[in-house]
Amino acid sequence: MKRSFVLLVYTALVYLFLYAPVLVMALYSFNQDPRNAVWKGFTLQWYAKLMQDTEIQRALLNSLQVGLIATLAATVLGTMAALALTRYRFRMQAALSGLVFLPMVVPEVVMGTSLLAFLAAIGWKLSLSTIIVAHIAFCVSYVTITVRARLAGMDFRLEEAAADLGAGPWDTFRLVTLPRILPGVISGALLCLTISIDDFVVTFFTQGIGSGTLPIRIYSMVKTGITPEINAVSTLMLLTTFSLMLIYGRLGSGQEPSRAR
Amino acid sequence: MKQRTAWLLVLPMVGWLVFFYLLPLGAVALQSFHLVTPDYEIGKELTLENYRRAMNPDYYPVLLRSASYAAATTLACLVLGYPLAYFIALHGGRHKSLFLLLLMLPFWTSYLVRTYCWMTLLQTEGLINTVLFEPWLGRPLDMLATDGSVILGLTYGFLPFATLPISVALERIDRSLLEASADLGGSPLSTFLKVVLPLSRPGVIAATLLTFVPAMGDFVTPELLGGPSTITIGQAIQEQYLQLFDWPFGAALALLLMVLMLIGIALYLRLSGSERVLA
Repeated sequence: MKRSFVLLVYTALVYLFLYAPVLVMALYSFNQDPRNAVWKGFTLQWYAKLMQDTEIQRALLNSLQVGLIATLAATVLGTMAALALTRYRFRMQAALSGLVFLPMVVPEVVMGTSLLAFLAAIGWKLSLSTIIVAHIAFCVSYVTITVRARLAGMDFRLEEAAADLGAGPWDTFRLVTLPRILPGVISGALLCLTISIDDFVVTFFTQGIGSGTLPIRIYSMVKTGITPEINAVSTLMLLTTFSLMLIYGRLGSGQEPSRAR
Repeated sequence: MKQRTAWLLVLPMVGWLVFFYLLPLGAVALQSFHLVTPDYEIGKELTLENYRRAMNPDYYPVLLRSASYAAATTLACLVLGYPLAYFIALHGGRHKSLFLLLLMLPFWTSYLVRTYCWMTLLQTEGLINTVLFEPWLGRPLDMLATDGSVILGLTYGFLPFATLPISVALERIDRSLLEASADLGGSPLSTFLKVVLPLSRPGVIAATLLTFVPAMGDFVTPELLGGPSTITIGQAIQEQYLQLFDWPFGAALALLLMVLMLIGIALYLRLSGSERVLA
């Protein structure tokens, strides 16, 4: 009893460590002090300023477009690959399994600079599309690995039973496999969307003029100095995420598979 | 037939990785053997000059510093993240998904924003100084631009990516094994050390890689929370590409970083006896 209390306190402290900086940042978006240092009174002026910032708005649209397209593509490709790597035995399987880990062992800055050099060499003009293909490339591994983790140790006799009972490969996948791996697929997609919207480094090197995402825009703002306007845009991002995740939580809670004890 | 199905399923992903990972890396490898021309084009003749420059002892401290930041960050993430993952996976109960949600939530905001949060907190006129150090010490502390501020920022940035795989691994542990261990007289501690910890190893290995690799190459955190004394290899590479426009030399630095890291990862996997876990 006492031990789990210690664990509870520890967990609470780690959550505090995770949340306190974000909450202070959000609170300070309503702060009059332009240097973001001490509390000088409530204001909405930074939000008003944000509403007129067309560059921020364009960056936000770019971020959403990149994140959604990259997540969709990476989730489909990654789930397919995860199924192939767990469900079947085939030649070069080990080599391909290793390939999946490539994006995790190649530092982002190396990937970013090499994509920049490669795209320049083949003459693909940097734009939103170059950001999207780059994001799919690193997202696909995260999806594959997440879904594989879900599939590992899974019993495929159900699939065999479905096949024996006359279900085709597609029906077996749709009616038997997909519902069982769906939590893994959803968490893979969520991880993917998180990483894509979050990504700064690879985007930094693959962006063209006007195709910068929100992190890119914020970076150039931060480099010119701390201003509560950055707090304001971050807080709005936070609120959007909150609502999205609450909806996801609602949808997800009903689908949680019952765990055999 | 089965072979063909498997190939059809795996091919799109493999193709994508080959085209947007392997080919670019190949292109960079080629460029690293050329010199940059005075008008910032890639030269024609082959040379090892870039590598000679990159092996210069001037760059050792930079590499060493990046590696120690990454190691300290990984350690901090495991110390903070393992108990958290353990709590979520084994004591989360019906609120498990809520705890996971709370873990991921702040991290849906940009990595940059989170680094920026610490920038405002740690600055000389920041909240920590005004409420903590100035009243107690009588003067503010310079916390930014130190090793500590960079490691703190990196740890804050990568903690969820370290926690998530550990909690997935812990969750997959069959609970009846824990009961069996207790029934056979195992104390909670020995159950943890002999059953839970070994079974969670794939998660810990994934967490280590997911933390160490991005921390090693990171240039955002040292750029924002660091200073002249905390230059990392990531910053050095980025500078060659975007400020000095010496792409071939940047390529040589990047390849060197990657090769060093691959050797490190291979050694780590071998020493932790886990090639089979990943294969």
